[in-house]
Amino acid sequence: MNAGKRSLSSRNNLQAREQRRAAAVMITPLFLTLFFLFLLPVVFVVAMSLTNWSLTTPARDFVGTKNFRFVLNDERFWKAMGNTVFYTAIKLVADTSIALFIATLLDRKIHFRRFFRIAHFAPVVVPITASSLIWLWFYDPGIGPLNQVLVSLGLPAMQWLYSEKTALLSVILFSVWKGLGYNVILFLAGLQSIPESYLEAARIDGASERQVFFKVKLPLLAPVTSFVIMMGIINCLKVFTEVDVMTPNHGPLESTLLLVTYIYDQSFVRGKMGRGAAAALVLFIVIFGFTLVQRAFGRKNVSYD
Amino acid sequence: MKSTMKKRYPVIFVFLILSSALMIFPFVWMFLSAFKTSADVYSYPPKWIPSSFKWTNFAEVFKKIPFLRFYVNSIGVAFIQTFLQIAISAMGAFALTKLEFPGRKKMFSLMQSSMYVPEVVTMIPLFLLVSWAGLVDTYAGLILPGLNCAFTTILLMSFFQTIPNDLIDAAKIDGCGYYRIFLQVMLPNSRTAIGTASLFAFLTHWRSYMWPLIVTNNVKMRTLPIGLKYLVQETSSEYQTLMAASLMAIIPVLVVYMLMEKEFVQSITLTGLKS
Repeated sequence: MNAGKRSLSSRNNLQAREQRRAAAVMITPLFLTLFFLFLLPVVFVVAMSLTNWSLTTPARDFVGTKNFRFVLNDERFWKAMGNTVFYTAIKLVADTSIALFIATLLDRKIHFRRFFRIAHFAPVVVPITASSLIWLWFYDPGIGPLNQVLVSLGLPAMQWLYSEKTALLSVILFSVWKGLGYNVILFLAGLQSIPESYLEAARIDGASERQVFFKVKLPLLAPVTSFVIMMGIINCLKVFTEVDVMTPNHGPLESTLLLVTYIYDQSFVRGKMGRGAAAALVLFIVIFGFTLVQRAFGRKNVSYD
Repeated sequence: MKSTMKKRYPVIFVFLILSSALMIFPFVWMFLSAFKTSADVYSYPPKWIPSSFKWTNFAEVFKKIPFLRFYVNSIGVAFIQTFLQIAISAMGAFALTKLEFPGRKKMFSLMQSSMYVPEVVTMIPLFLLVSWAGLVDTYAGLILPGLNCAFTTILLMSFFQTIPNDLIDAAKIDGCGYYRIFLQVMLPNSRTAIGTASLFAFLTHWRSYMWPLIVTNNVKMRTLPIGLKYLVQETSSEYQTLMAASLMAIIPVLVVYMLMEKEFVQSITLTGLKS
């Protein structure tokens, strides 16, 4: 009896040890990626932001908060911040409202539904650099199809990417085309998860289709909408690829200089890595703030049960 | 009530056709223009259909840049990254959901917090680490720093949690070790999840832009997105050449997408709404 118990507990011990050993083997690669790609770089970037680290010279002296003071007093930084806020606001409003509209249209039995979905989502899957080449031609002030259409309608030709006033808007237009399908899919999934019985009940009570949309669907869609908006803001703050391909030199009078392009430009073009690190940390704080807001919103789920 | 819905149907249908046409138009334009001559490109009013279908633009792309090399680089790097990332994530997710070990909670919160830090923040120190390791302009330098496993691990964890522990206990009684349980119980039972996570990872790596831009100086090491960026600078407004290059870069992705549309949509709704 006693002997049996002892052998059972020692077998459990053996098993626990075996389990820990297996866990160590399985978790180590993951830990290594987190250590080298996250922990170490984060500590390092904070340290760098306090030095005059340079890519081109061996300078690595401690300078305290000088880089942060430089960045927060730099006109170009605030220009980049202003452009980013403008980009985010316009893109978010356009993207969210159009995507929601198209998703509501697709949320019914309709012929060619699969084709419509494929068509709207196709720009999302192709590489941004490849599709932006097409739009570079669309935007060509001389031989671009957009201007040819405008002129044939008797409207004045525009300078698109080559004017301070329209360059950023042109990038936004491309970006909305490119990203729209992603939100359409998310809204569509949200709409389809609304039980048909709720809609039927509202209709039987005499609600018009418009009322059904605003009074039933929209409130039930709130968790998806808040997710789309917050992720939209965070992703807009991180935009880099399309502005870099379409306007490699930050556009006319730096009108397409965004926060990430500013950081890239400071650290890798000008080689002022300390300043770049400081600016990156400022961007991180902004993004982190939005993430906290999203978490707070995400908890408030609308329930009609 | 029903009749208003029916009356609206044609309006909605026509609207969806128009908006789909707008979304696809750039691709149609690119496809047709890849075969145009430079005279077609500069003609006014614009020529829709090329005057004669020519393949010379494609030859021009290969003459201007080592396009094939970029292509092979992109595919190779993205495939290896996807494989490594999914392997690391699956093992990690298994340990985090099904095994008891000290520091499990800490590991999970470390992984979660890594998702809050944007690429551009870690990029500056990572570049220095990679250059000290002598990995600038190497495949290792392109591949390893892109292995952000947090997201795919969390995705796989949510699937692994649904696999009943009884299944694992039964395998244990049959004398399976933990490695065999992982390979022969967990993996076969979560094929869809692994497919979704792989597709997500592959797409991320396939269009990765900022890191390859920073870590490659040598033309031969460039990936497709970076190659296309420099092609623009080298072919000042030879749009027909750009369209040929763009076509070759886009077609494989579009074909795969149309074949696997369901999986794409699933990967979006799962990855989007789970987080």
